Amino acid sequence: MPDIMNSLYNIRLLDSLARKETPVHRMHPLVKVLVTLIFLIFVVSFDRYEVIRLMPFFLYPVIIFMLSDIPAIPFLKRIMLAMPFVIGIGILNPLFDKHILLINGVAISRGWVSFFSILIKSVLTIAAGILLIATTGMDKLAAALRMLKIPKILVLQLLLTYRYISILMEEVARTIRAYLLRAPMQKGIHRSAWGSLAGQLLIRTYDRGQRVYHAMCLRGFSGEYNTGDNARLNIKDYVYLLCWALFFVVAKIYNIPLIIESILAGVIR
Amino acid sequence: MSHHKLEFKNVHFTYPDGNKAINDVSFCIRHGESVGIIGSNGAGKSTLLMLMMGIIFASHGEILVGDTHVTKKTLPMIRQRLGMVFQNPDDQLFMTTVYDDVAFGPRNYMMDEEDVAKKVNYALEVVGIPHLKDRAPFRLSGGEKRSVSIATVLSMQPDILIMDEPTSSLDPKSRRKVIDLLKSFEHTKIITSHDLDMVYEVCNRVIVLKDGRVMADGAAEEILVNGELLEECGLEIPLSLKSCPKCGSTIKRVKECHIENL
Repeated sequence: MPDIMNSLYNIRLLDSLARKETPVHRMHPLVKVLVTLIFLIFVVSFDRYEVIRLMPFFLYPVIIFMLSDIPAIPFLKRIMLAMPFVIGIGILNPLFDKHILLINGVAISRGWVSFFSILIKSVLTIAAGILLIATTGMDKLAAALRMLKIPKILVLQLLLTYRYISILMEEVARTIRAYLLRAPMQKGIHRSAWGSLAGQLLIRTYDRGQRVYHAMCLRGFSGEYNTGDNARLNIKDYVYLLCWALFFVVAKIYNIPLIIESILAGVIR
Repeated sequence: MSHHKLEFKNVHFTYPDGNKAINDVSFCIRHGESVGIIGSNGAGKSTLLMLMMGIIFASHGEILVGDTHVTKKTLPMIRQRLGMVFQNPDDQLFMTTVYDDVAFGPRNYMMDEEDVAKKVNYALEVVGIPHLKDRAPFRLSGGEKRSVSIATVLSMQPDILIMDEPTSSLDPKSRRKVIDLLKSFEHTKIITSHDLDMVYEVCNRVIVLKDGRVMADGAAEEILVNGELLEECGLEIPLSLKSCPKCGSTIKRVKECHIENL
C-alpha cells in the first residue's frame, strides 16, 4: 500500500524538475522534441553488432544531464526501472548466437555483443526520453507535439492520461485500504474480489472523468489545450538543433572511436 | 441590469432511468442577489445546477440567462458569464501549477498572455493566495484547494457565481475564510449547501427543494426559522438560529444572556 502512495509522489518529480531554469530548460520545446526524435532514430539505426560505434552517442544524454541540473539518483533509478524488461528481451541472445566475433583481436561471442547493444540502446533511448520530459514538462511537450501537427485527440489523450494517473492511483489506494481493513488475515486481495474491484474502479474513474470533463467545458474548453507558451523559435534554438543533428550525422557516418584510437596511436608512436 | 438575470420557467427534467429529478421549477434570480438552494440529499440541487450550466438540458420549460436561452449554441457565451465552483476541488484542478489552473479558462477564450496574467493575478489576489502561484495543486491542503478552485472561476470574471457545497469538508478556520470571501463578493451568487448556518450568513434569499419541486422561496430569515417547513423537507433550523435551551433566546444572544446571568 505505501508503495502506491510513494509512487504517487514520485510520479510528480518530473513535473517539478521541469520547472527549473537552466539553459536546457529554456530551449524551445519543439527543438527539444526534434533533437530527441533524431537522436532516437540514429541510435536505433545501428546494426546489432556495432556496439563501439554507439559510444559517441552517450555524449548527448551526459551533456544534457550536466547542463540541466537534474539529480542523479532519481534519474538513474528511472533508467534502472526498465532494465529487467530489457535484460529479459536480450538475455537469450548469448545462448542462441554463439558465433565468435573478433573485435580488435579479442574474440567475443556475437550473442554477448548483440546483448550489450540492446542494453546500450535501451539506456540511451530511455535516458533521452526521461531527459526530454524532465527538462520540458508534459504541458509544453504536448504543445510541441501539436506544433508538429500530431492530431489533437492523441495529444490530449497523452496529456490527460498523465494528469489523471494520480487520481486513478489514489482511488485504487483508497479501495485497497478499505478492503484490507476488513480482511485483516489476508495477504493481498482474494481472487474472488478481483472482478468486482476492477469493475468498481472502472465505473468510478469513468464518473470522475466525466465530472472533470464538465469542469473543463465550463471553463471554455473546446478540445484545444492552450498552455499559453507560444514563443517563437529563435536563432539559439536553430543552432542547438543544427549542432546536435550534425553531431549525430557525423557519429553515424564516421567511426569516431576508431578515429580517436588511430589518432592516439599516432601520438604514442 | 437585466443581463445578470437568471430565470427558470416551468422546468422539468427526467434522467434516462426515469427518475424525475426536477418537476415544474420556476424562479427568477436578479442582479446582486445571493440565493441559497437547500434541500435534503436527492432533492434535485445538483441537477438544478447542471441545468443552469447547460451540462444537461431541460426536458420541458425554459432556462434564461439574461435574455438568452440556455441551448447548445449559446453555451460558450453562457459559460463565460456563469462561473461554477465544484463540490470537489480535485475535479476542477488538473494543471501542474496553480497559475496554469487559474489561467486555463482565460486561455480557452484566446486572450493574449499579458491579459491572462492580469486576470490570474487579480483572481489570486482577491482570494488571497498569490503566494501559492507556483505550487502544484495536488499538494495543497483542502482549504487551499478550495480557494484555488474559486480563483479558477473568478479569473473568467463571471457575472454570476454558482457554488456547489462551498464549505463541505473544510475545517472551521478554512470554512470561516470561505464564508468571509463569499460575503465580500458583489457578484450574484447561487449556493447549494447543507451547511445552513453558512447559507444564513451569506444568502439573503433561500429556495427550498423537495423531490424536484420548489417548496418555498423567500427571505432567508423567514425560511430558515420555519421549523415545520424545514423538517418536512428533511432539514432542520440552523444552529445559530435555534433557541437557547436555558433561556429561550437564540444562540446569537446566548452569550450575552448567560454573561448577564453570571
